[in-house]
Amino acid sequence: MMRLELVKRPQRSMLFSALSPFIAFGLTIIAGAILFALLGVNPLTAFEIYFIEPISQVWQLHELAIKAAPLILIAVGLSVCYKANIWNIGAEGQFILGGIFGSIIPVLFPGFEGPLVLPLMLLFGMVGGAFYAAIPALLKTRFGTNEILTSLMLVYVAQLFLDWLVRGPWRDPQGHGFPQTIQFNDSAVLPELMPDAGRANWGFVFALVAAVLIWVLMSRLLKGFEVRVLGSSPRAGRFAGFGLSRMVFFAFLLSGALAGLAGISEVSGAIGQLQPVISPGYGFTAIIVAFLGRLNPLGIVAAGLVLALTYLGGEAVQSALGISDKVARVFQGMLLFFVLGCDTLIHYRIRLVGMALAKGAAKLDAAPKLKEAR
Amino acid sequence: MDITVNILLTIATAATPLLIAAIGELVVERSGVLNLGVEGMMIMGAVGGFGAGYLTGSPWIGLLAAIAMGAVFSLLFAVMTLSLATNQVATGLSLTLLGLGLSGMMGTSFVGQPGERLPNLYIPVLTDIPVVGRLLFGQDPIFYISIALTAAVMWFLFKTRTGLTLRSIGDSHTSAHALGIKVIRYRYLAVIFGGACAGLAGGHLSLVYTPQWVENMTAGRGWIALALVVFASWRPWRVLAGAYIFGAVWIGQLHAQAFGIPVPSQLLSSLPYLATVVVLVLISRNKRLTMMNTPASLGQPFVPDR
Repeated sequence: MMRLELVKRPQRSMLFSALSPFIAFGLTIIAGAILFALLGVNPLTAFEIYFIEPISQVWQLHELAIKAAPLILIAVGLSVCYKANIWNIGAEGQFILGGIFGSIIPVLFPGFEGPLVLPLMLLFGMVGGAFYAAIPALLKTRFGTNEILTSLMLVYVAQLFLDWLVRGPWRDPQGHGFPQTIQFNDSAVLPELMPDAGRANWGFVFALVAAVLIWVLMSRLLKGFEVRVLGSSPRAGRFAGFGLSRMVFFAFLLSGALAGLAGISEVSGAIGQLQPVISPGYGFTAIIVAFLGRLNPLGIVAAGLVLALTYLGGEAVQSALGISDKVARVFQGMLLFFVLGCDTLIHYRIRLVGMALAKGAAKLDAAPKLKEAR
Repeated sequence: MDITVNILLTIATAATPLLIAAIGELVVERSGVLNLGVEGMMIMGAVGGFGAGYLTGSPWIGLLAAIAMGAVFSLLFAVMTLSLATNQVATGLSLTLLGLGLSGMMGTSFVGQPGERLPNLYIPVLTDIPVVGRLLFGQDPIFYISIALTAAVMWFLFKTRTGLTLRSIGDSHTSAHALGIKVIRYRYLAVIFGGACAGLAGGHLSLVYTPQWVENMTAGRGWIALALVVFASWRPWRVLAGAYIFGAVWIGQLHAQAFGIPVPSQLLSSLPYLATVVVLVLISRNKRLTMMNTPASLGQPFVPDR
């Protein structure tokens, strides 16, 4: 019988800090190969269809950017929360509220056109997401309510609210009874970056800009320092005069606004109208993106592209091999598991120790270990 | 009278999975571990229970499979957080995400298939007693398990030495370790117990509540169970009360939808989630109550020194 034992490193390992996402990805590939083999598919064929074919042509890269944009936008916001040890896991709901608020103009005032429409929509989207994120922040600061549970519960409420809107008051009267709003007019649609090459829209640019801005915030500005101090040691932060309540609001409003921006970008760019479901779980997948990117905005951009590929690959194996596209969720879940596990290597060395059979054996065992400790 | 009995019976059926999952999580949290993967373990129990029942034709085998599935799945969390000292919040979340994906994949071929249902208890004479007969002697077997489980956990935590040890670990793992208590071993067992309970709760959904497999059929019940533990301030009998209040809300909104009350059905459907938020706010306002009962080392990773 063997047992794992963790030995604290004197300082964090820079090597494993850089390597851990790659090790995690490698382990995911191995586990994925086993999974495909169990499903009766040759893993090599499956991997080619899953990871290579979906990005072998230019228009497909555009699809990748469309999927990656919301993931990156949401995840950079969440990274600030998680660095501050604040657990916003309701980004999915904030994404939906962003989509709803942003759609107020094109749905209720379809006659309103011009260059002002889009900026206003994006602004409304951010306000919607921030407003929805403010609820758990307020409950946490005012009453000390656990933000994990409240932010998550609000996701279900947001999904039902959107469902009601598109089936009820906002339904397109000429839509043959389909539960959807009217198609947005041209000035309310987020333009494509290179219409000749593919469908990718400005949402991807927003994501890159947001990542750079958050990187500057976290590594160059006092506010970023405040986030890190309050996250690693709230007591030290209090002595430094940093307010925890203000930080809770800051982190929630920022991540909510970014999730809201992602929501309205998705609705106005990729979809073009509101539907009962506007997200394939971006808000939850973004949590994985944030951790895979090591809570670093630039790492998150890379992680966002990887996770976007898991979505495309899931669709590809479904159509080519007839495997459920839920395989994408499985890949995403495994990836997060392995990342978290590998992160242990940054702070600890892992040793396999034979279970001591008797107390005497343990004592005998202790002598060489003492030597090693010196 | 019959309607009242029927409503009470449906409330019990809605409350049972919440109660079982929350009781399991209560033991886990009392040991100082926060497992946010309840929803994932529950859905794995649901798909495992349905699948085993469907393939073997025996709902009883389904029941055992659900428990085993939850326990095995929770082991993943235990290895990560206890042996590798990973962040418990993030690991629990990933357990939920993985469970939702894995169950969806495993259940693809079960969608739309008729499932096996665990039969209700029937004791001649006793079950036939008007009114109380069906309430006391005519429910599904998991209902009785849930009540027995609550009583057993109450007794274990507050009346046994092992229970006291478990609670002491939850309050200070360093002191417990210094006293020579095997902190990690206790926590492993607690987490696996919690997983088995969550699996059983999921099995109740797919073998009793709605004997079929629907993707995401837990619909946030795992999260509500987590909220119930906070609401109950880590006390088993309050979990029981909370689970029945939430069962009543869940059934109440379904009945309201069926009666055609002129309120959007989506608003009614969101009531259980809104009620959870409200209840959490009410309970957290009472700082003393929460502070006194929260296991002090809840959610903190522990690495034993030598």
